[in-house]
Amino acid sequence: MKLKYFAWVRERIGKSEETVEPPPSVRTIEELIGWLAARGETYAHAFETPRVIRAAIDHAHVKQDTAIAGAREIAFFPPMTGG
Amino acid sequence: MTANVTIRIQPSDFDIAREIAALTDGRSDIGAVVSFTGICRGSEDGAAIAALTLEHYPGMAEAEITRHAETAMSRWELSGIRVIHRVGRITPGENIVLVVTASKHRQAAFEAAEFLMDYLKANAPFWKRVDGADGKDWIEARDHDETAAARWTKS
Repeated sequence: MKLKYFAWVRERIGKSEETVEPPPSVRTIEELIGWLAARGETYAHAFETPRVIRAAIDHAHVKQDTAIAGAREIAFFPPMTGG
Repeated sequence: MTANVTIRIQPSDFDIAREIAALTDGRSDIGAVVSFTGICRGSEDGAAIAALTLEHYPGMAEAEITRHAETAMSRWELSGIRVIHRVGRITPGENIVLVVTASKHRQAAFEAAEFLMDYLKANAPFWKRVDGADGKDWIEARDHDETAAARWTKS
């Protein structure tokens, strides 16, 4: 699946997108955050406070207990500050 | 009566009069137009800023605003909606966002414009970074923006 990162999540990880293949044990957004955070220092820094991280699956906002099965694109970003 | 909905995300500035005219020209069924313009302030939390840089999630930003525009169209009797959100570097005094709503009557136009702005601030994937005297920093989301959006789900 394709992952996209925005704002300070993108800056901390050091890339705006990548393709990953998490193991089948990673079933939800929350579990994906945990799996990503264990990939290295930059990821650990980006996801150090999971509760502030917002997620979207295929351009729609989702809660962290949402299943990721079938997702083409998952995005992680901080709370939005547009307008 | 056809509904006229336009949503644009662009780096360039917009002309408010021209955007209003695009909704009202050639129509005699519109009795009220409300426009809201969000403008870049010269200070953030008391500290002077040089500029804001607006980042967005292409594709999702358009989808989220469209979804909220459709909700507004179904909730109020509207003749048209225009939403323009700028991205990239914006300096103090420059426009950031424009919401225009047109309706037969003012109440629908006022309420729909406020609804769209409240939802846009809390749910549309845009992020502001401040370029200030002591470096660059992301603006933190404010709780009252989410509270403002949530009040529309009551009633």
